[in-house]
Amino acid sequence: MSQLAVTVIGPDRPGIIADVTEALVGTGVNLEDSTMTLLRGHFAMMIVCAGPFDEVKSALEPLRGELVITVRKMGPEHEHAPIGAPYMLSVHGADRPGIVAAVTRMIAAAGGTITDLATRLSGGLYVLTAEVELPPTAELEMLDRALEITAEELGVGVTLRPAESDEL
Amino acid sequence: MITDWSPARLDVQGAVLEVVRAPHPVLATESAEVDPLDPEMIQLAADLVATMRVSPGCVGLAAPQVGVAAQMFSLDVTNHPKTRTCHGVFVLCNAVVVEASRNEKAREGCMSVPDFTGDVKRATRLTVTGVLPGTKDEVTITTDAFEARALQHEIDHCNGKLFLDRVAGAHAVYPRKTYQ
Repeated sequence: MSQLAVTVIGPDRPGIIADVTEALVGTGVNLEDSTMTLLRGHFAMMIVCAGPFDEVKSALEPLRGELVITVRKMGPEHEHAPIGAPYMLSVHGADRPGIVAAVTRMIAAAGGTITDLATRLSGGLYVLTAEVELPPTAELEMLDRALEITAEELGVGVTLRPAESDEL
Repeated sequence: MITDWSPARLDVQGAVLEVVRAPHPVLATESAEVDPLDPEMIQLAADLVATMRVSPGCVGLAAPQVGVAAQMFSLDVTNHPKTRTCHGVFVLCNAVVVEASRNEKAREGCMSVPDFTGDVKRATRLTVTGVLPGTKDEVTITTDAFEARALQHEIDHCNGKLFLDRVAGAHAVYPRKTYQ
């Protein structure tokens, strides 16, 4: 049994998830973490699962064609502890190349890590939302200022704020 | 009293204005305070109400949404199913939040961001102060539920913020669904 990374992408239609997961379950695979979403009409799945590599590969073979599928062996899991407090980052503005690269570079330069990120484009409006962890050593004011300058250069708006979670 | 107020008090005919959409820069601009007695601002108040009225489903409209960087918005959550406390139709100038509590998450849309909705956490108990157009006196509005949410959304517009700046997670922005 190895830990496998399975990716699937193809034009959306009803039944993609059912087809792929049915094929997987036949090999005795247990789905672990996954994300599955619609990206501009393409359905995209990323799955990490534990299972036999060869069986998984051949079980998915019949679905190749309309779906682009990859199966890869992964190294051992290496979860890192949270590096610091969680923040929400929002960026929106007129679409242009380089928004994600410039903004995420600023987060990385402050020692921050992005744990989740999504972008959406509709019409001329580009929207980026990300969950960010910042180390306690990060200079928040300096990061805010750096993001502001980057945003100004890109002609977009950026907001970084603590992600609240209510314990119930 | 805010509940005694009606757009008829403005004594001018409102015009329907074009609603601007993100990424228009006025939507990211912090608006200036306004003089509620200025005839131009009284006209703008009437225009906001008129534009809100002709827009299906619109419960609030802020001046930046019609291209004017002024701290003013119209609001009317009457008959909305999520409304509890309701102050009817009103326009507020220079509004500020003075008290906010009991956050709840709900999905919001905006005429200026027509292609997306987003989950936003906002206070459901709210006290706001501001001035009615054509008057000098400060009014205090204490409200809850949907009116509280709408007020915070409009006050955000006056501060150059959209709901996109407040969404609750990386996957909390959704393409707006239109069924064929």
